[in-house]
Amino acid sequence: MKRVLPLTVAAALLLGAGERRSGYDDAGPETRAMQDDDAANPAFLWVQQGESLWAAVEGAAGKSCASCHGEVARMRGVAARYPAFEPKLNRPVTIEERINLCRVDHMGAPALAWNDDGLLGLSSLIGLQSRGAPVAVEPREPLLSEGAKLFRERMGQLNMSCAQCHEDRAGLKLAGSLIPQAHPNGYPEYRLEWQGMGSLYRRLRNCMIGVRAEPFPPNSREAAALALFLAVRANGMKVETPAVRP
Amino acid sequence: MVRVLINVPKQIRANEPFDVKVLISHPMESGQRRDQVGQPIPRDIINHFIATLDGETVLDADFFPAIAANPFLSFSVVAEKSGTLALTFVDDHGVTQTELAAITVT
Repeated sequence: MKRVLPLTVAAALLLGAGERRSGYDDAGPETRAMQDDDAANPAFLWVQQGESLWAAVEGAAGKSCASCHGEVARMRGVAARYPAFEPKLNRPVTIEERINLCRVDHMGAPALAWNDDGLLGLSSLIGLQSRGAPVAVEPREPLLSEGAKLFRERMGQLNMSCAQCHEDRAGLKLAGSLIPQAHPNGYPEYRLEWQGMGSLYRRLRNCMIGVRAEPFPPNSREAAALALFLAVRANGMKVETPAVRP
Repeated sequence: MVRVLINVPKQIRANEPFDVKVLISHPMESGQRRDQVGQPIPRDIINHFIATLDGETVLDADFFPAIAANPFLSFSVVAEKSGTLALTFVDDHGVTQTELAAITVT
């Protein structure tokens, strides 16, 4: 028995690693077909908007994204590393926060709202450059532990934690819908339920409203902590941005 | 201005059908929903769509509610020679927009 136990544990760990499923794996064939065909993926309407914004000069400094970064193709692999550390805030920031920091600090332009179509366009355009690359986010402390704690913390009137659905009950049904494992490898994504594009922050917000909790404010430390924890949890999975989900 | 993505194959053979795929960014508000204070949200959909190839109509469609936002259209066209595909649509605000795509027959 003593000899068998470590083997069983090892097998269970391997099984756990093998069972990591992207939302794509659990989506229906119609939804997968939409994501597979760039001509049918509505998220590319936002990518198109992002392309025009990439070269658009805005703000007091008279710069566009392209003035500093050049061709957007040079951003390959960048989105796969986010949330990444930002010295100014002394914590990792999401790609949307990074775009807004660039706008404010380098372009002299106002920050865009978290649900602004232009911001989603830019982040989906940058994310698209990393499509197919493995998620490779630095597991930076102390924010990672804060995120892990928030993931398992009960919240809201329904008194539920993220983990209760997305770990304990992943693969089961909530009403008619399958509960995914909550890997953020496709954001920003086009969600058929929203009939629109949304960032990971929108997803977190929706889940929190769902359990009747007060959503974390946009650009908050808590939202970044959860985003970092989820991204590190998905390290090694392929970036699918811009994904299509039911 | 509504954002539109038109996808036609790069290689098209004369007299052989090819697929045209169109994505239009539009809210397609059905007119049956109400806002947070109970006021009906007015209908705002694309109600008419015409595709012409060098002036000849290849698709003429009336749209109705219950089409999802950001509609995706796919239809087949046969071309004898190279030309311009013009896609025109009208929404409930009376806004008409035309988008062009080049058809190259090889």
